[in-house]
Amino acid sequence: MFRLDGKSALVTGASGGIGNAIAKALHAQGAEVVLSGTREEALQALAGELGARAHVVTANLGDAESIATLAKTAEDIADGGIDILINNAGVTRDGLMMRMKDEDWEAVMNVNLMSGFRLSRALMRGMMKRRWGRVIGISSIVGATGNPGQANYAASKAGMVGFTKSLAQEVANRGITANVVAPGFIKTAMTDALDEAQHEKLLAAVPAGRLGTPEDIAASVVYLASEEAAYVTGATIHVNGGMAML
Amino acid sequence: MSDVAASVKKIVVEHLGVDEAKVVDSASFIDDLGADSLDTVELVMAFEEEFGVEIPDDAAEKILTVKDAISFIEESSK
Repeated sequence: MFRLDGKSALVTGASGGIGNAIAKALHAQGAEVVLSGTREEALQALAGELGARAHVVTANLGDAESIATLAKTAEDIADGGIDILINNAGVTRDGLMMRMKDEDWEAVMNVNLMSGFRLSRALMRGMMKRRWGRVIGISSIVGATGNPGQANYAASKAGMVGFTKSLAQEVANRGITANVVAPGFIKTAMTDALDEAQHEKLLAAVPAGRLGTPEDIAASVVYLASEEAAYVTGATIHVNGGMAML
Repeated sequence: MSDVAASVKKIVVEHLGVDEAKVVDSASFIDDLGADSLDTVELVMAFEEEFGVEIPDDAAEKILTVKDAISFIEESSK
């Protein structure tokens, strides 16, 4: 089950921890993967590790033109077009709302929310023609719960849910699904930097008693990308160890 | 019937799965041929590919009938 042979996927933010795991998991199921991100070195290392069926395209997701080029290049690389779009790229510009600058709001919205819209629009044509497609957004628990210091980030991640539900309704009868995966606390370089006491405090909020791994997220993405998930659309899968049961 | 008209009608028949006899010049895609708004987007995409023309969004919005499509394509391929 959940094989993706013959399918092509574009993963944004593939140089990050979660994006990296998603790309690996899709690739392991047989998909051809186009890895996009800002850090070319990390992308090339990942592509090298994956071997065949992996390609690197760097892009600046804050920029419309760069996104258009990314979509076109990805479709050219994946001969039959991109079947699976993973809108994973995300940035933070944390700060209290009262002190948040317009630029901090805009930068986060552009990369986290608008790039997903732009890429979906660019790739939808091919998916419509093939009568098959998967759009998967990587949101966050904070999109549902909010988080002090992250008004911009939480808004962008909640926006992704509304966007995805609307798109899902528009294209459902064309064999295209659109869904969201919302991670909770995931083990990354950032959580590794916390001291013992901070770590304890973090874990107290998670019934599962551990942090999530990038692989926990990737597994949900593989499921949603698969043929078997054809009847799941407009959904949000929360992968958070029970931290918030929504 | 011009070549363009014949090709346009063929595309409409294929995409909307309607009876050829219904695809007359005056037929409205939505009101007469049962298309939904996404069907009209797909028709425009199909026309663009078949005829190698670009149909901008503001022009696409005005293509409501079979005749509108034929006229637009004949004009833009002159």
